[in-house]
Amino acid sequence: MVLSSGILVLIQVAATFTFIALFTLWAVYAERKVSAWIQDRIGPMEVGPHGAFQTAADILKLILKESIIPAAAQPLLFIAAPIVIFVSVFAGYAALPVGPDIIASSFSVGVLYIIAIIAVDVIGLLSAGWGSSNKYALLGSVRAVAQMISYEIPTALIIIATVMMTGSLNLQVIALRQGIFSDVPVHLWGMMDITHVGGFLSWNIVRYPHLIPAFIIFFISTLAECNRAPFDLPEAESELVSGFHVEYSGYRFAVIFLAEYAKMLLVCLIGAILFFGGWNTPLPNIGSLSLAEWTSGTGTIAATLWGVCWLLLKGVLLILLQMWVRWTYPRLRMDQLTTLCWKYLIPGSILIFFLSGIIRLWEVGGL
Amino acid sequence: MNHGISEFGHVLLYLAGGAIFIGLIALLNKLLAPNHPNPEKLTTYECGEDPVGNANVQFNIRFYVVGLIFLIFDVEILFLFPWATIFADVKIIQNVPLWGVFALAEMSIFVVILLLGLLYVWVKGDLEWIKPEALEPERINPVPDSLYEEINRKYTYQSTVKKTQAGVTP
Amino acid sequence: MTFDSIFQIAFFWFFAILGIAGGIGLITQKNPVMAALSLILNFFSIAGLYLSLQAEFLAVIQILVYAGAIMVLFLFVIMLLNMQDEQNQQFDVMKGLAFLLGLGFFGELLFVFNSFMGKSVSGAFPLGKVEPIGMQMMTNYLFPFEMISVVLLAALIGAIIIAKKHSYK
Repeated sequence: MVLSSGILVLIQVAATFTFIALFTLWAVYAERKVSAWIQDRIGPMEVGPHGAFQTAADILKLILKESIIPAAAQPLLFIAAPIVIFVSVFAGYAALPVGPDIIASSFSVGVLYIIAIIAVDVIGLLSAGWGSSNKYALLGSVRAVAQMISYEIPTALIIIATVMMTGSLNLQVIALRQGIFSDVPVHLWGMMDITHVGGFLSWNIVRYPHLIPAFIIFFISTLAECNRAPFDLPEAESELVSGFHVEYSGYRFAVIFLAEYAKMLLVCLIGAILFFGGWNTPLPNIGSLSLAEWTSGTGTIAATLWGVCWLLLKGVLLILLQMWVRWTYPRLRMDQLTTLCWKYLIPGSILIFFLSGIIRLWEVGGL
Repeated sequence: MNHGISEFGHVLLYLAGGAIFIGLIALLNKLLAPNHPNPEKLTTYECGEDPVGNANVQFNIRFYVVGLIFLIFDVEILFLFPWATIFADVKIIQNVPLWGVFALAEMSIFVVILLLGLLYVWVKGDLEWIKPEALEPERINPVPDSLYEEINRKYTYQSTVKKTQAGVTP
Repeated sequence: MTFDSIFQIAFFWFFAILGIAGGIGLITQKNPVMAALSLILNFFSIAGLYLSLQAEFLAVIQILVYAGAIMVLFLFVIMLLNMQDEQNQQFDVMKGLAFLLGLGFFGELLFVFNSFMGKSVSGAFPLGKVEPIGMQMMTNYLFPFEMISVVLLAALIGAIIIAKKHSYK
């Protein structure tokens, strides 16, 4: 039993890695194209049609480059850092339900496990900053860590608010209870029973309107957790010459880059699961026109494919939103960063936490 | 079957798998990439200058204070997770109708006491970061600004025209 | 012996040995950052051992709090104080005293361990799961639970006051 499920998981591990690698190739290309369109340029055009193979060429170049460890660096810390950074993010995918029947590890503590394993990321950052023996790297890593740990609090508080509405830490259960296959009745605004209607109506963000500001807080804090602009102070090219990974080049730099994009995708997928129904279809059943049943299901291969496609679609839309934000807002200052987190997002998320408690109790009739 | 261990075994596979894939990339790099280190290549990057002094510069103690505040709130949040899964349990509320109100009230006390901590650091100014101040240069010149601007307006256009006519490049 | 139980035993020994290796690394490494990283290895192994007791929640918070938060503070302190490699490797009285104390503590552990020897812990209350912990927190251990918030508040204010002795800037 352990052996056979182990082999299945090994296949999932390989599939996850391949997918992350392909996704990163696409996302870097998309990022450059999106930024080009926003700034009225055309972006990469040389390699392949419309520059589509540009990032593949880039990654090939990075792998073929000489791997340099500066003489002043502490080799063990320097080498271990990219591995820690990537593996901690990669392991987060283990508890992610990518389809109605696909989840590598159905921990009862699912989402808490993801928060915990991503938090290990900061150890990698600090060891990169310290191990590089470079002033820019050290300052960048300390900034990055202070930023990431600060924004972990509002992220976790908002996740708790969604967990309160669902009553489970398992992401698979959270996804399941936002669609037609829910094991508990699904109510819209605490009144109508829409268990058999499904579609976008049964998503958390539609069913509980107070989660709309919650999602905005979640989105902002995950941007900061990923060190994405406008929260890219740790990598600020103009002052820190790219921060903690300034000494990294070649394949080690590629691994750090891969981890960064893997983390972006992970937080977007978690956002899609917590707020937008995960692998559930957005199309509701309308009378005899049972769109929800046609475009999702459980148990069959077709159903799994539908689920994976819906989840990825939602995740990719959120990624595009992240890119849009990146090329729209200027970088924050350090004082604005801390003020935003501790004086706006955390009090706001605590408010949403209390609101969730009251709304949930009212819904189940415990008030 | 031992549920917890086997689920964690899968996580271990992910941990090991991630490291192995990086190992494969490293191996590929080892096989394909050139390796000609020289002292110039291996110097620490400091924008082209030779590195000065020790890299372990002293950083602001505020980073440490932020770490401290984070730790306290992180522990607080841990207590919210188990509570969030049971406070509105339908089965319990059917047996004990006041369970939900009771649980929410208890947790509110817990959170409010910790909010006092946030309030404390807020009021004491530990959440303030050093703000850059816009430096207004001190003026000791008796000539008013408008005079300069007028002269600028008067001569800027002409000088550019002259330069382009003469083919002078800056 | 089934495959599952072999897996369990292998699991235990793997993390037990890894944990001890981390502990030895902690006290033998001269570089303070390397010592701190050994401690993280030790924390991870302890999380693994919690899992072998089916305590998923404990395992996850072990990683979140110790590896993710407390170690960040440790590393910050090491970097803030700019600690150099440990130079003094000579024997002195304090080290001898510390060794004796450690030996005494180890003996005590052996004694406690001996009294548990052969007793089964299976069928114990499933405290490692999330929901039972929440229930216990809200019923039997309500007062200690509320007191935790007061302790955390005191810790926060105390730590800030001590940290502030070093002036900002």
